[in-house]
Amino acid sequence: MGTTASQLRKDVLSEYQELTFLTKQEILLAHKRFGELLLKEERNHSNSRVPMDKILTLPELKSNPFRKRICQVFSTSDVKDGSLTFEDFLDLLSAFSDSATLEIKSHYAFRIFDFDDDGTLDGGDLEKLVNCLTGETDDTRLTPEEMRQLINNILEESDIDKDGTVNLSEFQHVISRSPDFVSSFKIVL
Amino acid sequence: MDDGLLALPDPNATQPAAQQHLLKLSLVCFVLSEYNEVWRDSRGQSPSPPRFLDQSSGCVCVSAAGDLEEVLESAERHEEEERGKEKGQERRRDKKRKRKPQRTTSQPGEATSEETAESEARRGRRKRGREGGGRGREGERQEDEEEQGQRGKGAKNKKNFNNERRRKRAQGEQEGGGDAPRRQTHGRGQSDERKEETKRGGVKRPTGPAEKKKRKKEVENSSQQESSEEEEEEEGGEEEVKPETLSPEELEKLKEAVDDRKKLIHTLRGKPWSMKKKLTSLGESQKFVEKFEGALGKGKGRKLYAYKVLMNKKWMKFRRDFENFKTACIPWEMKIKEIESHFGSSVASYFIFLRWMYGINLILFGLTFGLVMVPEALMGRPYGSMPRKTVPRSEEASAMDFAILWDFGGYAQYSVLFYGFYNSQRTIGWLKFRMPLSYFLVGVGTVAYSYMVVIRTMARNANEEGGGDDNNFNFSWKVFTSWDYLIGNTETADNKFASITTSFKEAILEEQESRKDDNIHLTRFLRVLANFLVLCCLAGSGYLIYYVVRRSQKFALDGLESHSWWERNEVNMVMSLLGMFCPMLFDVISALENYHPRIALQWQLGRIFALFLGNLYTFIIALMDEINLKREEEEVVKQNMTLWEAGLLNESRPENSTAPPFSVHPADTPRGPCWETMVGQEFVRLIISDTMTTYITLLIGDFLRAVLVRFLNHCWCWDLEAGFPSYSEFDVSGNVLGLIFNQGMIWMGAFYAPCLPALNVMRLHVSMYLQCWAVMCCNAPQERVFKASRSNNFYMAMLLVILFLSTLPAIYTVVSIPPSFDCGPFSGKNRMYDVIQETLDSDFPPWFSKGFSYVSNPGLVLPFILLMVLAIYYLQSTSKTYKQANLELKKKLQTQNEENKKKNKKAALKAAMELEEARKGPRHTSRTSPPRSIHAGVGTPEHPGGLGGTWGTLKTSSKGRDKGEDHGRGQRANQGKGGQQAPSLRDSGGRVPGISPPAPRSHTHQTPGHMPGNPRQPAPRLHRVSSSQGHRE
Repeated sequence: MGTTASQLRKDVLSEYQELTFLTKQEILLAHKRFGELLLKEERNHSNSRVPMDKILTLPELKSNPFRKRICQVFSTSDVKDGSLTFEDFLDLLSAFSDSATLEIKSHYAFRIFDFDDDGTLDGGDLEKLVNCLTGETDDTRLTPEEMRQLINNILEESDIDKDGTVNLSEFQHVISRSPDFVSSFKIVL
Repeated sequence: MDDGLLALPDPNATQPAAQQHLLKLSLVCFVLSEYNEVWRDSRGQSPSPPRFLDQSSGCVCVSAAGDLEEVLESAERHEEEERGKEKGQERRRDKKRKRKPQRTTSQPGEATSEETAESEARRGRRKRGREGGGRGREGERQEDEEEQGQRGKGAKNKKNFNNERRRKRAQGEQEGGGDAPRRQTHGRGQSDERKEETKRGGVKRPTGPAEKKKRKKEVENSSQQESSEEEEEEEGGEEEVKPETLSPEELEKLKEAVDDRKKLIHTLRGKPWSMKKKLTSLGESQKFVEKFEGALGKGKGRKLYAYKVLMNKKWMKFRRDFENFKTACIPWEMKIKEIESHFGSSVASYFIFLRWMYGINLILFGLTFGLVMVPEALMGRPYGSMPRKTVPRSEEASAMDFAILWDFGGYAQYSVLFYGFYNSQRTIGWLKFRMPLSYFLVGVGTVAYSYMVVIRTMARNANEEGGGDDNNFNFSWKVFTSWDYLIGNTETADNKFASITTSFKEAILEEQESRKDDNIHLTRFLRVLANFLVLCCLAGSGYLIYYVVRRSQKFALDGLESHSWWERNEVNMVMSLLGMFCPMLFDVISALENYHPRIALQWQLGRIFALFLGNLYTFIIALMDEINLKREEEEVVKQNMTLWEAGLLNESRPENSTAPPFSVHPADTPRGPCWETMVGQEFVRLIISDTMTTYITLLIGDFLRAVLVRFLNHCWCWDLEAGFPSYSEFDVSGNVLGLIFNQGMIWMGAFYAPCLPALNVMRLHVSMYLQCWAVMCCNAPQERVFKASRSNNFYMAMLLVILFLSTLPAIYTVVSIPPSFDCGPFSGKNRMYDVIQETLDSDFPPWFSKGFSYVSNPGLVLPFILLMVLAIYYLQSTSKTYKQANLELKKKLQTQNEENKKKNKKAALKAAMELEEARKGPRHTSRTSPPRSIHAGVGTPEHPGGLGGTWGTLKTSSKGRDKGEDHGRGQRANQGKGGQQAPSLRDSGGRVPGISPPAPRSHTHQTPGHMPGNPRQPAPRLHRVSSSQGHRE
């Protein structure tokens, strides 16, 4: 940062405060961190994009198994490359902030888990999700048999209308009863 | 129609697909119906939409005669595009809205000669897809209808249309970038067209993203409101609004709209939209509000209103700044966040707890420091003025030695830090500060405040946990919520992966085992055994402490000087050692039990808690013994005192009988042992030794170990980091327990040593930094990462128990043991609480003390207590009933859900079958029942068209993401606006051959609600229901 041109304007800042769950300090910090990801000449542009690879170097996202999905979900890029503008970045932080509501958190969680973007969590999505959670190494992977059973169990619990997939409302129904979700679905810069 | 024809060649479409399409159809129907309703509400007159509808369906028939080949081709194209159409209906609606005005004004002949290039292109495409045959006629007819409709509506309407058109055009240009979904129109088929026409039949929709959003937001609001919004829109279209010309109702509506906008502004942040969208809608709403806020109110009222608005704005800004300020003021926030991101939420929860504790102690410290210590130090009699404020002669030599001061003897003992220093003067200083009263009240206030805070926090936590008691979603929670997004450390993440995998495997095993459950006897036996062993440990440690304390009393009687260091510090050392090793033992024992980690942790915590508690209470019992000893000593001293005084008198009288009888230096006067100071000292020493142990174990156990492991690793024969010593983990539960017990001792001892809260604040402050540092630099992330949210109230409950248990002995000593005769603020009184009575007698008017004595009469107090018990009982029983009612409701909901599921399945099946039937013989049936179709002259090809329309809509919307919008719409559909059941639906489903004669228009209003007795079910099911009902009708 440093240059005055890359400073956030006051009215913009207050608008961001109005539209996100972030406080002023958090927005400024986010701006600073985002500025560090940008190239020097890009900093003066208000809506320059940071490619996904660079976003993923943030320590807050580095070890998150869903990092790519998170970028893709919050990206408004036309080519779906997961690149983020500053506003997308703020959206991300807002959804993952302390004070975001359960509703918005669960909404984004659903979209993150919906790997093929088809609006429901089907068997394939769940399998990918479980694989993300168990890590890349082979010794932590579940066997196909275990995976099958796990997915069956999940669908048995959450798939209320028994159509073989979990849709958003079912997902939110499940999530809203979980005691841990709101406290763990957080990313703090 | 294109799609209808597409469907014809392929009648073997799978049933699920049909279901899905039906589902979406209902959605479309709903949209239409709502438009109608809105229109009617806003106009307050009988609507003409049905006529349009019929008309349009007629057009459909006509156009259905179009070239089949062309249609098929476009249908194929449409299939390809389906994926791209997922954007949902919202956009489509938007687009339609945009298209509307141009149609309304275009003359029959010049269908495409108008408006922006973009719309032309779109229309051209559409035309291509449909093939002109029917188009001309259709268009003509529509335009005619429209003309009529508009004429009927009158001039105002027309004006509005123009306004809207103007705006929309501007918007269209602005958004002219030609987004992809616009192509959808092409090839979507007849139903879309029809929808459009329906809507065009007079329904005015507000435009612009803001309205759109508002609509979404107010999904469930009555259409009344919507209509009012439209009214506003109209006014918004006219460039200037003259508030004077507005009628009261309009003003009311305007106000409503403004309020809606404001609400929107407030709730905007809770919407899952992209920032751009939010920004534009915010801007528009704000503009709207700004523009019309001034229009509200008249004359003076208007000024006032403007002022109010201004102040409101200022207030909002102030509040936001204040929020920012508040978050900036939270101490150690960044530190904790850093730890949180490295170690996950459980470790952070300890630090948050520590911070919370620190806050409480700060307030306790403020109370004691501000109301007791400072007044006494400033206004009380100075050091050396009386015996209780002077170091006795025998100790004077060593009073400044560090060893003595470290033990809080010497000068430290005779200072404001301890109870004994305070004088029993009723008032001190020129302020007439009631010292003894203040001392007493601060003691009571400390405890009361602590109770209040702990209970309030517990209640809040319980609220937050809410209905987390049903464990029906064990697996889903594991999968959906087990990742801790805060983890930003690779090592922690690896551990987390491992732990999640294990938990999955465990859960699967558990599930399998719960079906088998044969080993139950063995586990039960092992658990009993483990508990037995733990009990043995506890009893053993209790006895050990008791033995040690007795021994130390013997030593104390002999005189401390004749014993070694170990013998003098035996009690403290034994307690610390027990506190260190017993938990390890418990850990080993708990391996026997085979509990789930979280439950195992709670057992472990409970056991350590019991151990600490046992130790503490043995310590207190020993202290009690000591108090009794001191009091016996005091009696002796008292008698000696009188003798000594008498002796002094006898000595001095012969020499000088007039002057003040004797002046002995206060250091030389004999004095009582002052057991209160002794108790205070004991607690302070305990706290100090406890603090030291904590810090030293931290330094040795964590830091030194980490250093050794780190630097000896490359010259050692095995891998130290991965192997035996490795790095230590941060022990959340142990640390929390330590904190809780520390706090318990503070509560217990604070009455006799006012310096305790201050000491504790210092200790916690240092702990915060030291532990933060230790965690970040020498602890490895936990292997068993668990989340803390569940444990929070468990900790709180323990804190509450400790608070209760620690106030018990303090209250006991205050109430039942007479204070020392020559030290402390209550000296000379029979009991400490007599200070209250004294104040009442001398500082309050007599009637007050009289009243107080009546009130404190057992005859009144006992019934009061009884009443309270009854109230508690009543509240508890009502809460129990509520819980039961909740459970029952839950059950009911479940059974209802299941029933609905069954019903829906049946209905969907039936509908699908009907569809199939309809598809099989559309031509045949329509030929057999030509007169049944009311719309004369549009007979035969209608069905393909109708069905095609259905399919078209179904297909286009079937992929619509089930995101918030769709969900919301589903709920809206749910609202029992079934009366407006989709005209297009009747066109398609209702005319399925042989099912029913075409219903009269009014019939639509009587369409039964979707699901009797279940007005709020999740969206997906609902779609199915409504669509199937539509078909059955």
